Amino acid sequence: MPEVLVRARGLTKRFGTFTAVDGIDFDLYRGEAFGFLGPNGAGKSSTMRMIGCVSPPTEGELTILGADPVRNGPAIRARLGVVPQEDTLDVELTVRENLLVYGRYFGLPRALIRERTAQLLEFVQLSDRGGDKVDALSGGMKRRLTIARSLINEPDILILDEPTTGLDPQARHVVWDRLFRLKQRGVTLILTTHYMDEAEQLCDRLVVMDHARFAAEGTPRELIERYSTREVLELRFDPGVHEQAAEKIKDISAKRTEVLADRILLYVKNGDEALAAVRAHGLEPLTSLVRRSTLEDVFLHLTGRRLED
Amino acid sequence: MAQAMAFPRRGAVPGELALALALRGFRCWLTVYRRTWRSNVFSSVLGPAFYLGAMGFGLGSLVDAHGTASLGGVSYLDFVAPAILAFGAMNTGMGQASFPVFGSIKWNKIYIAAQASPLRPADIFRGHLAFMVMRITMNAAVFLCVMAAFGAVRSAWAVLALPAAVLTGLAFAAPVAAWAVTLKQEMGFIYMFRFGMIPLMLFSGTFFPLSQLPGWLRLAAYATPLWHGVALCRGFSLGTATAGGSLLHVAYLAALAAVGIVIGARTYRRRLYV
Repeated sequence: MPEVLVRARGLTKRFGTFTAVDGIDFDLYRGEAFGFLGPNGAGKSSTMRMIGCVSPPTEGELTILGADPVRNGPAIRARLGVVPQEDTLDVELTVRENLLVYGRYFGLPRALIRERTAQLLEFVQLSDRGGDKVDALSGGMKRRLTIARSLINEPDILILDEPTTGLDPQARHVVWDRLFRLKQRGVTLILTTHYMDEAEQLCDRLVVMDHARFAAEGTPRELIERYSTREVLELRFDPGVHEQAAEKIKDISAKRTEVLADRILLYVKNGDEALAAVRAHGLEPLTSLVRRSTLEDVFLHLTGRRLED
Repeated sequence: MAQAMAFPRRGAVPGELALALALRGFRCWLTVYRRTWRSNVFSSVLGPAFYLGAMGFGLGSLVDAHGTASLGGVSYLDFVAPAILAFGAMNTGMGQASFPVFGSIKWNKIYIAAQASPLRPADIFRGHLAFMVMRITMNAAVFLCVMAAFGAVRSAWAVLALPAAVLTGLAFAAPVAAWAVTLKQEMGFIYMFRFGMIPLMLFSGTFFPLSQLPGWLRLAAYATPLWHGVALCRGFSLGTATAGGSLLHVAYLAALAAVGIVIGARTYRRRLYV
């Protein structure tokens, strides 16, 4: 049995009368990548802050690395790495100075910081930018630097709160690639995201979070199998006939239909057969697409909303 | 789980560790300061020199021509220089404890970054406060040298004016930082400088002796912290300090600083650990 690094039971966070996290239970095991998938405001960041020992839980039990985060915050944080949602780099300082300052917070000797800085900058592909001011870096580079900084203390757990939000697709892929390598090296990752592809690529196990609770839990594959079908047929009709088409399509034997503002989704075993059936009903969509189910479909099924709404 | 046993059982962090954590915060500020110290030194040498030149020689020549009995028989330059020292320390303390504290949450997020490290809010506070004390000390020391160069130091006791000025600065920096960290908007600082700092500067026996004020205003002035700072620095600079008076001033300023230090640990915690 792998070691449990984080254990939460009935974990709750309230701000006044607002409940941000409502009694969640989970275990994080050493070496896994555990994801919190959900829309903005679902309670992901509040959960990350509690795990990061910077937000005392209102109720419930939380054990991190075998210790109580409220009593042993400094000792626990010494063994965590945190990549916050918003960059907290000092843009006036150079890339290397940022790592130096941060390493000093952890009480690391200068020589060790220098050694790790060289390795970490190499790892995040910023070796040639070490002497540059952070101000001059692109958004993707800053994110990579933040990741490098979070690794300066060789943490037992790396906490990433929406690591690629706000990055362009290309920069996002570079970050994913680096995180995937960390995962391959056995670093325990805990991350939040509202990008389903990020969750699918990086997470061994994930929870779908909605309205402060867990809506579902499992591996990406399990979740898709449990809550969705093998294939999805996406249809787009002329806005004028969108609703009529949606009415008629209900007769077609799909496991489930979702009528979105701009599209109709049919959850079926075989997408091509379903498309033929739609046409047989005398409906001609403007565009049609047959694709595999994704976590987005799982989320839609569980909450009736899209992830990025 | 073996490592968990090494954690302290209770929440209390041992004293030496708390000091070490605050020191780590302080060192961060040193690194940041290394970027800007040149422009800072420039303004902290030239600023006081301008002030002393204008006040001591310009205004001073007028005042001295009308007799200096109400100044205790010293020249206006000698009278005003230690007050500007105390006022400058207050100014540095308030300045360092206002926008930089606010900005460490809102702008450059130094506090937010530090928060994810072993440092606790109280360590972050004390580390930053230590840096403020360093800045106050540097500026006060430079000013004292400028004073000496202008011949405005009349006693060897003046060396004690340095710690006196530092204490004055701290007595402002600690409470202001404790308050600044709670602000959501920076408007509060504008009011603080306009309605707090400027009246204090004008009515704390800085530019004229309190004996020139009507009785009720004089009583109010005696209660202000800057007056205690001014009186303390002036006593040392002129060599007129008495043990009882100095102790009273030190006690007043130290109490204010202590209150700020205690409250700051709480307000930082409340602001950073939500």
